[in-house]
Amino acid sequence: MDVLLAARYQMAVSFIFHIVFACIGIAMPWLMFIAEYKWIRTGKKEYLTLSKAWSRGVAIFFAVGAVSGTVLSFELGLLWPKFMEHAGPIIGMPFSWEGTAFFLEAIALGIFLYGWNRVNKWVHLASGVTVGIAGVISGIFVISANSWMNSPAGFEWVNGKAINIDPFKAMFNKGWFEQALHMTLAAFASTCFAVAGIHAYLHLKHKDNPVHRIALRIALSVGSVAAILQPFSGDISAKHVAKYQPAKLAAMESLFKTTTGAPLTVGGIPDTAAREVNYAIHLPKLLSFLAHGNFNAKVTGLDQIERKNWPPVSIVHYGFQIMVLMGILMAATGALHLFFTFTRRYRDRRWWFRWLALLTPAGFIAVEAGWIVTEVGRQPWIIYGILRTSESVTPMPGIQYSFYLVTLIYIGLSAIVFWLMSRQIQALQSGNDNLYEHD
Amino acid sequence: MTEAIVAILGISLLLYVLLGGADFGAGIVEMIVGKKSSRIVSKAIAPVWEANHIWLILAVVILFNGFPLAYTTITTYLHIPLLLALIGIIIRGAAFSFRYYDVLEGNVQNYYSWSFRLSSLMTPFFLGMVLGAVILGRIPVNPSGSFIDIFISPWLNGFAISTGVFMILLFGWIASVYLIGESDEESFPVFRRTSLILFIALILCGGVVFLMARRWGVHLFSGFLHSAISISCVVLATLLVPVMWISINRKKALLTRIVAGATTACILVGWFAVQFPVLVNRRNGEHLTVWNTQAPAVTMYYLLAALIVGIFIIFPAFGYLFRIFKFSREST
Repeated sequence: MDVLLAARYQMAVSFIFHIVFACIGIAMPWLMFIAEYKWIRTGKKEYLTLSKAWSRGVAIFFAVGAVSGTVLSFELGLLWPKFMEHAGPIIGMPFSWEGTAFFLEAIALGIFLYGWNRVNKWVHLASGVTVGIAGVISGIFVISANSWMNSPAGFEWVNGKAINIDPFKAMFNKGWFEQALHMTLAAFASTCFAVAGIHAYLHLKHKDNPVHRIALRIALSVGSVAAILQPFSGDISAKHVAKYQPAKLAAMESLFKTTTGAPLTVGGIPDTAAREVNYAIHLPKLLSFLAHGNFNAKVTGLDQIERKNWPPVSIVHYGFQIMVLMGILMAATGALHLFFTFTRRYRDRRWWFRWLALLTPAGFIAVEAGWIVTEVGRQPWIIYGILRTSESVTPMPGIQYSFYLVTLIYIGLSAIVFWLMSRQIQALQSGNDNLYEHD
Repeated sequence: MTEAIVAILGISLLLYVLLGGADFGAGIVEMIVGKKSSRIVSKAIAPVWEANHIWLILAVVILFNGFPLAYTTITTYLHIPLLLALIGIIIRGAAFSFRYYDVLEGNVQNYYSWSFRLSSLMTPFFLGMVLGAVILGRIPVNPSGSFIDIFISPWLNGFAISTGVFMILLFGWIASVYLIGESDEESFPVFRRTSLILFIALILCGGVVFLMARRWGVHLFSGFLHSAISISCVVLATLLVPVMWISINRKKALLTRIVAGATTACILVGWFAVQFPVLVNRRNGEHLTVWNTQAPAVTMYYLLAALIVGIFIIFPAFGYLFRIFKFSREST
């Protein structure tokens, strides 16, 4: 394993791990806030139980998200020093704003989690919504930095140096809005579907406990809205990618030849050597329409791109297909949920709860797949069209050992978090008062 | 503009040592005192540790945004101690929240506790090593040479080890003083004794750092003597020691914290004054200073604006958080 590959793997593992906790840190505070708001309005004890139970989940996930995010801010320099040397002055601004938002989030979360008996209920509720707002904002800033890597702006690149830097233009680059919207919706959809799935499973096991029904309704209502909006935001993103990153779009769709009236490729196994896709379904002219809004538009294929500038086609292709599949499943489920709700047909259907339980990981699978599309799809560039990933990697040999170490720690932590959550749920179920000793 | 940004960088580092240091130090104190302090430690740091930790992130962001070459030099050549400090950060944060939130029974709590204590020792040690390496001036200018020479020797040496140990003792001592204010009748003498022991060890270790500096050719002592700010910091810190002692014995929790904080601030500000404007000392007497690594003026302008707005948001929020948890009694 050479240094470049090891560094890319380590970065990938760090992102794959962090993004789950980041999404939960963005969306889950809204759920605990809604539950508490309902408790204040109705006085039903179930809502309070739920708000407290959810906030315990937020506490654990937020802690792990905060430390894994810190690791990333260092890893940018540990693994990609040449990138940071150029990018730091250009794109530092969203990071400094993200720091401020994150500060506010941590402070408000401290008040929410530990202030049940110390501040009055409205202040407490306000701290909950502050966590939610600050979380969303900090996510948007970080995404803006990533979006700059995809569509660089706010500088001129002369002889391998950035001049005439404009941090404002860099932060509000051409892709920031599309990417921020898509990721924020993704955070809500993935977290809410996971929460709803877990409660659906628990509802099947413990019919007598009313908490799970309530929990499922709150989580799924928020998640449904996000999941239904997501395809539209995905469409905006795809049009942006088609315009600014043709290589990425070509890899997503495994389009090896530039085509007018290009078909949308569904599924299939790309064969990069033969430059074709096998076993795929082709929907005529649809790709041209989705990418450029015109059924006969020309879509750039990989043949227009120098071979050395191709991203790894297969990975990007599979990632994209998986993301879209999960997105469609969730949007359809969300629509059904809203239909049941508004037509008042929410009855105990076993199949429905089973289906929801099955969908528990769907949103996170989509999130991971989507990150693979955006990051791997940008390769071989770290700053698209400007700086190659291979040019920015650290000169230090032996990065594979740090990759093994980081991977080992993250796998261990994931296992513990998973086990801890199942214990939390059991304790909630058995009404274990031992849990609430600190409160 | 640059001076203002450097001042905020210094303040971030200082607050990280004072607040984040107290949280890491709590793990160190727990290691010394043992299980009977666990409950107090947990209660004391749970609401604040995440917010306190962000001062480090802020310092890192200021560094890569405002002084990118300094940041990448540190991350390139001090990769290994930084990675180890990060692992400490991950394990400490995770183990602490797991311990706090997991079901309170069974052996698993002991594993959490030991992970928490050991990782609390790791981060200050390796961060202290990084600081020592930055002062020492053995960081290469380019990565040509043997692995040991380029990536190990800049930080694995007597001087950097002494600064690492100094950082452990400093964090531990800050925490022990801080915990006095959180203690009850039963634990008060324990924390008082711990803070006394750690304070004596800290002074001795400070002496060792100066001796090591002499051996390794760092002009730390003469640096302190040549700057008016450093001298006044040392004098002030010395004068504060008896004040602190009296206030600990009279159980004035708030005064004790303020005095201990001021003492720590003196140590750090004294060192900043010696160090300024150098960010990283490299081989052959080369320096990376705030002047030769700073980003273009427009970047600095935006950075300063962001920091000032940020401070206006963060400080009141922080004040409120501390007022709720540190200066009020629980109403149940």
